[in-house]
Parts: sequence; structure tokens; C-alpha cells
Amino acid sequence: MRNSIISVAAYLLLAPVIGGLLDGIDRKISARMQRRVGPPLLQPFYDVSKLLKKQVISVTNAQTFLLMSYMIFILLTGAMFFAGTDILLCMFVLSTAAMFLYFAATVTGSPYSTIGASRELIQTIAYEPAVLMSCVGFYLVDGSFEISKIASSQISSIMYLPGVFAAFVFILTIKMRKSPFDISTSHHAHQEIVKGVTSEMGARNLAIFTVTEWYENVFLMGVVGLFIVNKDPISIAVAVAVIFAVFFLEILIDNTSARMKQYEMLKLSWTITLVLAGCNIWVLMLMIK
Amino acid sequence: MIVVPFLICVPLILSGVLMFVKSEKIQSWLAYVGAVVMATAVGVLGYGRILGGFAPIELYYETEIADRVIFAAEIVMMLVVTYLCFKYDKKPVCLLSVIPTVVIAITEFGFNGHETAHIYIDRLAMLMCLIIGVIGGLIIVYAVGYMSGYHMHHKEVEDRRGYFIALLFFFMGAMFGFVLSSSLIWLFFFWECTSICSFLLIGYTRTEEAVNNSFRALWMNLLGGLVLSLGIFYFAFYVGTLSFRDFIQAGIDGNIYAILPIAAMAFAALTKSAQLPFSTWLLGAMVAPTPSSALLHSATMVKAGIYVLFRLAPAMNGTTTGDMIALIGGFTFFVSSMMAIAQSDAKRVLAMSTVSNLGLMVACAGSGTPETIWAGVFLMIFHAVSKSLLFLDVGATENTLHSRDIEDMHGMLYFLPMLSVFMFIGIAGMFLAPFGMLISKWAALRAAIDGKNVALLLFIVFGSATTSFYWSKWMGKLICHPHAEHSHIKDITRLNETVSMGIQAVLMIVLCVAFPFLSKIFVDPLLDEMFGTSGEVLSQGLLYMLVIIICFVFAVPPITYYYSRRIHSNIKLAYMGGINTGDNSSFVDSMGEEKMLWLSNYYFANRIGIRKIMLPCQLFAAAIIIIMFCIILGVTL
Repeated sequence: MRNSIISVAAYLLLAPVIGGLLDGIDRKISARMQRRVGPPLLQPFYDVSKLLKKQVISVTNAQTFLLMSYMIFILLTGAMFFAGTDILLCMFVLSTAAMFLYFAATVTGSPYSTIGASRELIQTIAYEPAVLMSCVGFYLVDGSFEISKIASSQISSIMYLPGVFAAFVFILTIKMRKSPFDISTSHHAHQEIVKGVTSEMGARNLAIFTVTEWYENVFLMGVVGLFIVNKDPISIAVAVAVIFAVFFLEILIDNTSARMKQYEMLKLSWTITLVLAGCNIWVLMLMIK
Repeated sequence: MIVVPFLICVPLILSGVLMFVKSEKIQSWLAYVGAVVMATAVGVLGYGRILGGFAPIELYYETEIADRVIFAAEIVMMLVVTYLCFKYDKKPVCLLSVIPTVVIAITEFGFNGHETAHIYIDRLAMLMCLIIGVIGGLIIVYAVGYMSGYHMHHKEVEDRRGYFIALLFFFMGAMFGFVLSSSLIWLFFFWECTSICSFLLIGYTRTEEAVNNSFRALWMNLLGGLVLSLGIFYFAFYVGTLSFRDFIQAGIDGNIYAILPIAAMAFAALTKSAQLPFSTWLLGAMVAPTPSSALLHSATMVKAGIYVLFRLAPAMNGTTTGDMIALIGGFTFFVSSMMAIAQSDAKRVLAMSTVSNLGLMVACAGSGTPETIWAGVFLMIFHAVSKSLLFLDVGATENTLHSRDIEDMHGMLYFLPMLSVFMFIGIAGMFLAPFGMLISKWAALRAAIDGKNVALLLFIVFGSATTSFYWSKWMGKLICHPHAEHSHIKDITRLNETVSMGIQAVLMIVLCVAFPFLSKIFVDPLLDEMFGTSGEVLSQGLLYMLVIIICFVFAVPPITYYYSRRIHSNIKLAYMGGINTGDNSSFVDSMGEEKMLWLSNYYFANRIGIRKIMLPCQLFAAAIIIIMFCIILGVTL
């Protein structure tokens, strides 16, 4: 109980710092890949603090409260995860949070924001099966949905779940809205849907969105780590290394690929989920019998 | 236990009376009193059961007279169906009514085993009674107001509202009879009653479309009845009992003569709960006035099939029948949720989602473990309440907007706030955390893993993604800013409609908050009764977690809303590339003319529309059924 309170508190306090740093690293590495110098590592923090100081501008008042709800549900997801509770419930709360983001974008009635929101929903159905399959995989290997039990298993879950892990890493790109799956939004506002879901988020609302994304990314990286962690403390170090490797991979994919069409995304992600995660789980079920 | 014949007979008598009452005033008065009396009678039954500690009771061993009456009624129904088949030139359909009646007559008169109880009440029956009595009653209250609005707008339809309400009561009585019967003969009779009643309700408007759809519903349901009657005949002939409970026990004991009848009954249940390949009748049922769709979809008809499957669940666990039924359920869950994405007509979305949710329940029943039945029972409860709320709401919206297209509900929160809030509650009840649907999905998923059923697992995983897609986009439509001027739209929902929906909305919220306790005090014991094992599906830790999530979901949006109201924000126009025309509703096009901004959702009708994928899915499901029967015949013969 005490451990889980500490880890929840650590998550709530440190996640924005880690998430912001990851964002900074992302920008720096991306810049270097594009032969630019790039912004300083702490640039994301400067951006957010400046956004917070600005006057609140929005298209409709309702957006603010929907965004705040989105943020709180992401926080709840992460808190539940680091408290070691049921992973499936955790993912369900995550999908509730995603819905609030959809609401926050669609409530504006702005064309770019609305189309971004619709596409965000498509992204959701593209990644959700793989997320649920990961939960199923953990349950099969460790006999429980409880994260604390999964994290203290004898052998790292990834040994039994390579296919599921691959599928999860694949959909991470969708979940993090990185190219080639930056379909609902984009890094730059000069594209055909402007900034998609975030088009109408300005000043403090954009700050809320950004910080929430940091929280979410830390949570997602936590799930990546969960594949590696076992009862041996050394595994935590390995997990951190793997997380960095995965994060680097995401940046690499982001910088080397062009945007895909949404149907292709859906087809590809479902096929990969079905083939990699599905077969992995099927084989596991046969083995465990 | 006078309340049992009361529950069955009073609605039937009332419907007989309503057929002949001409005065509108008396009709509505009778309907209100009838609905309240029925709900009260269910309450009395429930109270009696609580006092009796829910010990299952058996009633009526000797039922000579009732048997005769039922037999006579069956003949009458057969004649009515035959007459209508000839009148509308659908002659072959009448065979589906004649043959089962003859088969059942032979079974009944050729049967000389010992008499068993004809009525059996346990927790499952009690739960069904509650759903039928309360939801059915509320739908009837709503129907009275709705029908007068309906006939005001649809002058071309002959006003037979007395007949309509009479049918609703008849349906109610038949459903009570169905869930309380423990004799296979009675069960079959009430089964046919619901089939024919739904047929009459769908054909209410007597337009060509309505007649065709009603006959489709009729032949599909009667086909189920035919197979059921053959199953009963086979079972009575080989095993020598007509008791439903012995029937299930024989299945659990692995009696070889029970395998085929159980498969037959499960097949009949598939037709009734509109699983693939029989889903089309439920879609066709949409032509009828809304209260009948609500009744068919939420509280009665389709739940009859689910009820039977739940009863059969212990006998199906681990058998070929169980596996195949679960497969069909899972498949239906997935593909009909895809088809729901492609619909923009609100009623059709509801219809497809009903089929889809029923699929999940069927999958739960087919797996037949305590966990899945736990999940299935909760799915059934939540589905009944939220679906009837949604149907009634869509009906009221249609009366006001003269459209039930979801695209026309754009920004409905701003011009029909009450109806939108009810709709929101209904939709949230269908899929959002922590509402029951979601928890049930949690349990279903766990059961699919424990049962090592990969196909079912994949169907649930992919199906839950598509399910949340069509619900979210509908919810999003309600809350966005309205396209156009809407001050001319006036909410013309009547008081009785509002009351009916209000009660259901409150019920929905109460269920969400109270369901951990409901699980403990009612559903866990229900499973003990059914499986003879004790144990709780929801662990204590999970229960706390749920309570926390519930608090969050109910508290966060209002708190943030309150907080955000105090923030002073500078309201600006939405970004439209700088060509707004002064507000957010229009822009200047490339010819320099003003154009209205029109936002709509994705539907992908060309890829996953009903026209595109229904037929292949039906063929696939039919193939599963044929394979199932081939395997079972191979085993038994």
C-alpha cells in the first residue's frame, strides 16, 4: 500500500518533468536527423510556461472543461497504473480519456478541429485492439490483470510475448500521433488539416493538452517497461534501456516516413495486431493447456 | 402465489379489453392503470421473494384446464397466422405455424409421463420479471403519449392505437408467461405468442414495407419455433419428461438424448435474439412506431432468446453447441458493430447495436461459465434500461425534429437540452467507464481467455474498438455547435413521455452506482443457483477500484465545468483560413459567395455498410450453424 502511494505520488510529480524532457530529447534528435541544431533540451518547458502566462483564448467555453476532464482521466490512468491495479480497467479509463479529447476538439464546431477529432477516433480504433491484446497477454503469462503481480513475475513477460510487444510498439506510433500516423494532428500547422485536434486550442488550453500528452507518454513508456520488468531489480535498468530504445525508434520512424491514409493505417494496424499479437496469444494458449 | 397467474393473465385480459374500447380517454386511462398495476404486481412478487429468501419455488403440478385453454389458444393463433398468410399471399409461411402446432399436439397428447411443476420461480426468472414489468410498463406509459403525436403526423396510417396498446400488453403477458414457465409445452406456447405478437406490431402501419418486414420477422421466428418444437418432441419421446428443469439437468448430466434438443433450443434462441444470420428481421422491425421497437429491442422479445440461452448455459458449457453458439455470438458482436458505424439513421444504429450487444450476451451464454453468465446478466440489465431509454428518446426527438438522422442532431444539446441529456445518459450507459457494459466486457474478456477461446477473444477485442467508435461519434454530434439558426425548434415532448424517460435515466444512474452491491446481493447468488458453486466474480480490490472510478466519472466533469466557468476567456472565431463571414456558421467560397459550413461524421458506408457485408456475414454464420448441426447429428445418431 505504502509503495503504491509513493509511486503514484512520484508519477504525478515527476511525469511532467520526464515527459517534458522526453519531448525535448525528441526535438533535439529530430533536429539532428534533419541536420539542424534544434532547440535547447528544456525548450518544451519554456513553451509551456509561456503558454500558461497568456490570456485564455478559445472558440467556446466548453472546451476548457472538457480538456481538463481529459487531463484528469489521463492522470487517473497513470495513477492506477503506477498503483499496480488492474491493467484492463486502466486501459478502459484511458479510452474514456481519449473520448474527452474527442469531445474537446469536436465541441468547437471548427472545421479543422472537427476533422481532426474524427480522425482521432479512427486512430483510437486502430490502436485499441493491440492495447487490449497486450492486457490479455499479461493475463495469460502472469495469471492476473494486476499490474503489481505482472511486474513481480519470475521471468520478464516479453519472453512469452514477443509478438504482442511488437504489436504494442507498432501502435505506439499511432497512439503518440507520430508520422506516418500523424493523421489527426501534425507537428506543423501548414498541412491540410492545419493542426487537427489541436487547431482550436490556444494559450492555456494548449498547455493543458501538452502537459497531458507528457503524462500520457510516460504512462505508455511505463507499459513498455512492464513487458520487461520482473522480480529482479536489475530488470528495471534493462527496462529503462528498452524504453529509450523504443523511444528512439519512434523518433526514427517519425522522421523517415510520410503520412499514411487512414484506411491504410487501419488495415495495417489491425493486420499487425491480428498476425503478431493474435498468433502470439494463440500459441500461448496452446502451450498453457 | 396468486400473483403469478395475475402477472400472466391480467395483461392478456387487459389487451382483450383494449381491443374493443373505442374511447381514447378510456384507452389511455386503462393503459396507465395497467402499467402501474403490472409494475406493482412485479414489486409484490419481488417483495414476496425477498421475504422467502429467494428460495426457488415450484407451482402448479395439475393444470388440466390451463393446458386445454393453452391448446385452444395455440390452435387459434395457428388459424390467425394461416389466415393472414393467405390474405397477404405469403402462403408457405403458414406451414411454419401449422407443423409446430401439430408436433406439439402430438407431443402433448402422446405424452404419458408424470406431471411436473409448470411454474418455476428463481432469481433469474425474478430478474426477467422485473425487467419486463418495469421497463415494459414505462414503455407503455410512453406509448400512450407517443401514439397520439404519431397519428397527428402520420395521417395516412389508420388510427388503431387501442389495438397497438393492446398488443403491447399482450406481449407483456406472454413474456411473463415465458420466463415463469417450467413446462416445455407452456414455454413453447408463450414463445409462439411473442413471435406472433411481434409480427402484428411490425405490421401495424399496413404499408407494403411494413407487411414485408413483418412477414420476414414472422418466418424467421416461426422457423425457430419449428426447430424448438421438434427438439421438444424428440426430448419428450426419448427421455419422457416435459419439464424444462429436467431438460437442463439432462444436458448437464451429459444425457445423449439431450444434446440435439439443446442445440435445437439454442438455435431457436438465435432466431429470437436476432443473431446472424437472422439479424435482418430486427432491422426490418424499425418500420413500426417507436414504442414497439423499444419493447422488441430492450425489454422483451430479444431478451427471451437470451433468457433461454442463460438457462441452457450450464448445459452448454464445454459442448460443441456451446462453442458454436459462442462463436456466432462473438462474430455477430463484431460485424454488427461495424455495420452500426455505417448507419446514420439513429434507429438503425440502435438496431445494429442491439444485435451487436445481444451477440456479446450470446457469446457469454455459449461459454457457459459462472463468470460469463455474471457478465451476461449485467449486460442484459444495463442493455434493457439504456436501450429502451435511447429508443424512446430517439422517438421523441423524431417527433420534434421530423428526422431521426444523427446528422440532424448536430448541436442538439443547444436546442433540445433535455432530450440530449437523456440521450447522453443512455449512450454513456452503453459503453463508457465505469458503466456496467464495460465491466461486463472486462468479465467477458477474462472468461474468453480462461476458456482458451481465441476466436471469441479476437471478436471481443476488435468489437469493443468498433463499438466505442459509433457511440463516440454520436455523442460528439450532440455536443458540437449547431450549424444554423434553431430558435424555431420547440420541444414538443409530452409530459408522460418525459416522465417515462426521466425514470429510466435515473434508473440508469442508480444502476451504475449500485451495481457492485447488486452483484453481491443478487447476481452472485443467482449464479450459485445456476451452477451450484459459490464464489464472487468481482474481487474486493476491484470493487474499491470501481467505486473510485465511478466517483471520478461523476465528479470530474461537473467540477471542471464549475471551475472553468470562473476563468475569463476571450472568445474568438474558429479558424477557417481567414474567410469566416462574421460567425462560425459560414465562410466565403472561391467564387466570393457565402457558403454554409456543414460538418458531418465518417460513415464508410461503401466499405462496411449493411448492403456490402450483411450477406457474406449471414452466409458465414449460417455455415457455422450447419456445421454445428452436422457435428451434433453425427455424435447422436
